[in-house]
Amino acid sequence: MIDSLFSWIDDRVALSRSGRHLLDKIFPDHWSFMIGEIALYSFIVLLLTGVFLTLYFVPSSTPVVYHGIYAPLRGQTVSEAYDSTINLSFAVRGGLLMRQMHHWAANIFVGAIVVHMLRVFFTGGFRRPREANWMLGTTLLILAIFNGFLGYSLPDDLISGTGIRIAFSIMESIPFVGTYLAYFLFGGSFPGTAIIPRFFILHVLVLPLLIIGLLAGHLGMLVKHKHAQFPGKGARDDNVVGSPLWPTYAAKAGGFFFLTTGVTALLGAIVQINPIWQYGQYYAYKVSYAVQPDWYMGWLDGALRVMPAWEINLPGHMIPNVFFPAVLLPGLTFNLIYAWPFIEAKLSGDTAEHHLLDRPRDKPLRTALGAAVFAFYFVLFGASATDVLANYLSITLNVVLWSFRILCIVVPIVVFPVAYKICVELRDTPGAGQRKRHNIIVRSADGGYSTIAADEYPGYVRPELEPVALDEVDLVAAMSADADQGPEGVYRIPRDYS
Amino acid sequence: MPEVPETPGADGPAGNGVGRHPHPGAPIPIDSPQFQVAAKNPRRVEGVVAAAFVASFFAIAAFGAAYWQAASSWVLGVTLGIALGTFGFALVAWGKYLMPQGPFEEPRPQMATTKEEKDEFVADFATRGKIAVERRGFLVKLMGAAGAVLGVVVAFPLIRSLGPRPNQEQSLYHTKWRKGAKLTSIEGRAVKVDDIEVGGIITVFPPDDLGGAFSQTVLIRVQQSGNIVTQPGRETWGPDGYLAFSKVCTHAGCPVGLYEELTEQLLCPCHQSLFQLSDGAMPVFGPAPRPLPQLPLYVDSKGYLRAQADYDEPIGPGFWYRGGANNEYAQ
Repeated sequence: MIDSLFSWIDDRVALSRSGRHLLDKIFPDHWSFMIGEIALYSFIVLLLTGVFLTLYFVPSSTPVVYHGIYAPLRGQTVSEAYDSTINLSFAVRGGLLMRQMHHWAANIFVGAIVVHMLRVFFTGGFRRPREANWMLGTTLLILAIFNGFLGYSLPDDLISGTGIRIAFSIMESIPFVGTYLAYFLFGGSFPGTAIIPRFFILHVLVLPLLIIGLLAGHLGMLVKHKHAQFPGKGARDDNVVGSPLWPTYAAKAGGFFFLTTGVTALLGAIVQINPIWQYGQYYAYKVSYAVQPDWYMGWLDGALRVMPAWEINLPGHMIPNVFFPAVLLPGLTFNLIYAWPFIEAKLSGDTAEHHLLDRPRDKPLRTALGAAVFAFYFVLFGASATDVLANYLSITLNVVLWSFRILCIVVPIVVFPVAYKICVELRDTPGAGQRKRHNIIVRSADGGYSTIAADEYPGYVRPELEPVALDEVDLVAAMSADADQGPEGVYRIPRDYS
Repeated sequence: MPEVPETPGADGPAGNGVGRHPHPGAPIPIDSPQFQVAAKNPRRVEGVVAAAFVASFFAIAAFGAAYWQAASSWVLGVTLGIALGTFGFALVAWGKYLMPQGPFEEPRPQMATTKEEKDEFVADFATRGKIAVERRGFLVKLMGAAGAVLGVVVAFPLIRSLGPRPNQEQSLYHTKWRKGAKLTSIEGRAVKVDDIEVGGIITVFPPDDLGGAFSQTVLIRVQQSGNIVTQPGRETWGPDGYLAFSKVCTHAGCPVGLYEELTEQLLCPCHQSLFQLSDGAMPVFGPAPRPLPQLPLYVDSKGYLRAQADYDEPIGPGFWYRGGANNEYAQ
């Protein structure tokens, strides 16, 4: 039955001819290569849970009186968007879980993309031939951030509504076209009634389609280039060393998908996120204390806060305050990220193809620069909590704000030389990063003591194994030889000591 | 531990693999360690994997039962999470410890193409195109013209229909406050001069724009009684201890909702800009660059608070066409 079905399909698509080598496709093993996988898997969770949510969410600002099962809200006039979000949370079986999983998956998605990018940056994974894929990934990050913002804006609650108001102000601040952009997006002045339906269609159709398309390109290029790898285990620029797609990598990656989904489900189950019934419906004249966006917008919010109270007044025109932290800063940030592979190639003069990744310490300048820039954004992220910190630490807002204004300049200046020095020291220290060899103290027959070095890898008897070219061997025969109980017993294979 | 034969080059430092071609041409025996599973004790790992699958089975059954019984959200999530997590754990452990780990390798061709490949492609592409185009130059021009018109004409209604132009009738420059408009609470009740205690604050709107995002105004009764003058030129704007300011922050547009009576300061909870009311709501802290516009008030013969006029400058955050800080357009 299965055989004949496969045969029927294969006669029409010739999978066994074109796809045979796919089974042997090698994926390098390293824990840091799984961060991108987390992003991919959370995106799948987002699609699945998101479809569930669209079945119950009503994208409309039409006012209705709440009559649901959540008693504190009964009788209040709320928008259909807010009303349906409350209902899908409380009245739909499993609805709250799906909503919280969706929100957690969004936070994990953007987080995994950022950490994945840091991995690629610090290991030089953006160098030729991967510059275009680096830029594609940067675009994916921008789309993910935008779609996250659109998504948490949809329930029309007091906190997200305030976020939309700020977004309107930010759009307005763009010279020449700003007010036109804002009025066209909002269908008129703020708030209007168009924004929720428009955000909805952007959030569930336009941006996901773009993300899916670009993601396919991102992964397609990955397959084309074959994954970059760390040196060691016989890895060279002209080979790929790791485990084969079938069955080893498939089992590990497939299992990792379920692990990611499982963790998301646990978070959605026991860690409350975005309890909009506590915030209440958005009204333009209402506001709440401790208004913080989702974490990936934190650096922008922090930048808005630490920005000095400057504006540029021109004859008849104005460049408003928010333009600098909320338009210029992200513009510079992402353009710098886009351009970095080319800037570095220009500076280093290195335009050769690279498939072996760097250790961060071996490129002190890049690592120190990346650390300093990242520290700057990390301080901005912290600055998005000035009010909460002032409250929590019982110090004045004045002290907190000025601390952050100074820190966002001082911290990068300190981080750069420190990171540089650490890299240089580590690079020049023999054996740094290698597992330390234990010393064994030996007592001799005449009572003297001496030390001898233990095995290089305690518990292992061998150094690294040589990689085996799969086209030279019969993996089926090798697997069926019952390696579990081979005559030589069982080997433990040292891994990841590169 | 079993004896392992020395592999050539294996004693070199890790990572110095360049130029090492292992096993040139020699077949690898199928009992080589590369084909062995990674588990020290495969039977025990198999047991752990089996236990994880069994746990997953029971957890997903519990999830189904919980869903059927309409259990609370956290029960659904925990059972689902355990089911997925143990399933994933079992698969990963199976793949990591009970399947051949290699290392295996495959060749990686350089991405860069040779000059011949490029030349061949370009020559073919260009030559074919050239022949096709040169013979029909007139068609190419027509295609360009039609395509350009198509692009412009399609793009224009798509974008232009999205919303109105931000012209002067819109809320960018004016609010709904008019001469004589009663200061009205969100419930629709006009505020009288005795309605608010000293130190009290209320959000007011023009009667025809209750809840309006741009008309929203904070009305505050300050400590002093009588006429309050916050700036020169505003001699009559604050009758009977009342001051009214736009509630839209001049920084990013949040409602400036927190009032500290002692210092007579308004705080924006979004980005912590602080405005000194007695000084005409001048920003004294935070990122707000301009004072909150003040609404001129008067008290009518029946004791109702009314607006003398609209704000004398655009309220809220700045925008390109707003003009400078002291916009004179309204006069």
